[in-house]
Amino acid sequence: MIATSMTLRQPVPEELPSRGRVGMFTLIGAESAVFTIFVVAYIFYLGKSLSGPTPQDVLKAPIFFSVCLLSSSLTIHLAGKALHQGNVGKFSRWWFATIALGVVFLYGTAREWQRLIYHEGLTISTNLFGTTYFSLVGLHAFHVIVGLLCLTFVFVFSVFGYVEPKHEYQVEILSLYWHFVDSVWIVVFTVVYIVGR
Amino acid sequence: MSTNSISWSNDVAESRPFVDLIHEWVTTVDHKRLGLLYIGFAMTFLIVGGIEATVMRLQLIRPHNDLVSPQVFNRLFTMHGTTMIFFVVMPILFGFGNYLIPLMIGSRDMAFPRLNAFSFWVMAFGGLLLYFSLVGANGLYGAGNAPDVGWFAYAPLTSQTFSPGHSTDFWTLAILVSGFGSIGTAINILATILCMRCPGMSLGKMPLFAWLYLVTAGLVVLAISPLTAAQIMLLIDRYLGGHFFDTQAGGSAVIWMHFFWVFGHPEVYVLVLPAFAFASEIIPVFSRKPIFGYSVMVAATVAIGFISMSVWAHHMFTVGMGPGANTFFVLSTMAIAVPTGIKIFNWLGTMWGGNIEFSTPMLFCIAFLFQFLIAGLTGIMQACAPFDWQLGSSYFVVAHFHYVIVGAILFCTFAALYYWFPKMTGRMYNERLGRLHFWLFLIGFHLTFDFMHIPGLLGMPRRIYTYEPGRGWDIWNLIITIGVFFQAAAILVLLVNLLWSFWRGTRAGNDPWDAWTLEWSVPSPPPPYNFYSIPAILSRRPLWDLKHPNDPDWKYEGTP
Repeated sequence: MIATSMTLRQPVPEELPSRGRVGMFTLIGAESAVFTIFVVAYIFYLGKSLSGPTPQDVLKAPIFFSVCLLSSSLTIHLAGKALHQGNVGKFSRWWFATIALGVVFLYGTAREWQRLIYHEGLTISTNLFGTTYFSLVGLHAFHVIVGLLCLTFVFVFSVFGYVEPKHEYQVEILSLYWHFVDSVWIVVFTVVYIVGR
Repeated sequence: MSTNSISWSNDVAESRPFVDLIHEWVTTVDHKRLGLLYIGFAMTFLIVGGIEATVMRLQLIRPHNDLVSPQVFNRLFTMHGTTMIFFVVMPILFGFGNYLIPLMIGSRDMAFPRLNAFSFWVMAFGGLLLYFSLVGANGLYGAGNAPDVGWFAYAPLTSQTFSPGHSTDFWTLAILVSGFGSIGTAINILATILCMRCPGMSLGKMPLFAWLYLVTAGLVVLAISPLTAAQIMLLIDRYLGGHFFDTQAGGSAVIWMHFFWVFGHPEVYVLVLPAFAFASEIIPVFSRKPIFGYSVMVAATVAIGFISMSVWAHHMFTVGMGPGANTFFVLSTMAIAVPTGIKIFNWLGTMWGGNIEFSTPMLFCIAFLFQFLIAGLTGIMQACAPFDWQLGSSYFVVAHFHYVIVGAILFCTFAALYYWFPKMTGRMYNERLGRLHFWLFLIGFHLTFDFMHIPGLLGMPRRIYTYEPGRGWDIWNLIITIGVFFQAAAILVLLVNLLWSFWRGTRAGNDPWDAWTLEWSVPSPPPPYNFYSIPAILSRRPLWDLKHPNDPDWKYEGTP
């Protein structure tokens, strides 16, 4: 009704951003705020524990596992590129590599936690370092697990042949989340294993 | 009008079996129905929170009163604060946003309809969880039922030592869960406004309503998330033996205050910006003038959004943060008065020389302007740290923030309720009852909250369950409580008006106010798909252009 009444002048159509991308970026903004608070708490409590063990005593930087997680950003990018080119088989292989690298990273976290809990005697309730360390690294690990579950769903779909080049957009949105999980690890790694040690 | 060719009315829905109707409402993903659910949910909790306030005021009507025990009084003010912020004002604002944003920007639904439904039900679940504490929170220790730690729940009061049982956990979980709902809705609003606008609706041509909700949603994303993080930390402390806020193990009680107020102060702007949104739509329509200084209003809104992220520690002047931090937060708090003042002048500029029509929504908005000015002035008084050292945690503070939340936000919400009631139900409200509601509530509000400043200045602390006679507080407390009766009566009038008008009101038609934004171009109530064909607009007042083809706005507005 309004459109027809204004035949004299028509508005110039505007290119609007995609809602999936905007939604995911906003979610990433919210998640970043959550992580910021945990990082602030970690830095604020550095050296404030009343008893040991301290980060200097027990923490070893998980270089190999960090490299695994960061390279999964590359593999998921390659997967997206393969889908863009229409090569679904190549997409599945790179996608699987991403999941595998994520699982290796989680295994690394599990090994580290096992060592800290059983050999070093550091639990979440031992001292302030334990509380802040396990909650910050645990929060990140939780995000890796959520990301892996989503990636696995897509992988299962691709195994049964439901992923087609037209799903490029959905895959890209999910990749944004995975890139976020990886980049948060850079922050966590810097704070926990470099600044805090 | 082509939009009327397919019409959808309440009568069709009413003739269906009741179970079908319930099923439809529970499973709905329609933004209008979810908006109404939000508003209904909030109105229910408004009555609950109002009853809690009334009981507190009855307890304080005279010295040494013993209507409720000190323990019950603690639970009452905790539940009153938590309910009113998280389960009344937040949902009612989301409700109006949900209902109106797609209609105003010419879209058929929100960007993520299912996320929308999820957010509502999660928030509703959070509200039920908070009140389930009344029966479920006795726990192993047989202690406590409703939460009693105050709405900002300062550490170490929330530790297992001082809060045994599960009442604090119900508080934490209720806020955590409703926080997920709020973040979901905020993401939805941002995506809707940025991605779903109709042709021609550039950001500079959106109604101010959409701009204010855009900034609000951004603030929700940045402010609710720290609260979520802090609640997770509190749960870790209480259940896994963590030490975040455990001063015995080197933890800090002050960092909880920082985390809480990093949420808590932007939250005030999350609540008040939608109230500004209502005023920015209603004042122009009843002044018969376009909004004065549109682009300055947008700039002021964005400025408020930015500055509000850096003022939180003015809630903590009495903690002893040191002169550097105090000075910063004094200055940032005073700076936020500038964009807010610009807004007040722009609303006055809109009314200036206008043909003002004093119907109920406009009456509420005019009262809002005066009351918000006073609320802002007492805010600046308390922004001076030395003044705050005298009056922190006194009734002066209580009077100040109720002046904002009731005098500004609730007044604007009532205005919005009357203004959009015809659109939502298809019926006009009763104007006489509306005016009665306005005057009763205005008298009650001023009796209660004007006089509440005085016992604060005389040294009456907040959150006390009773007081000694002869301190000069008695008469003021009596007057404050008398005001509550007026407000309660006004709310009853509102409910009668809403219910009566819903069944018996005269038919409103599409556009009872001769207004200018797109929601008035569709039938009342709007059909499920909103627009028969997606509109295309050329100016900020598309319906003005439509009604005045010889003198359209787009001839005078700039292109952006």
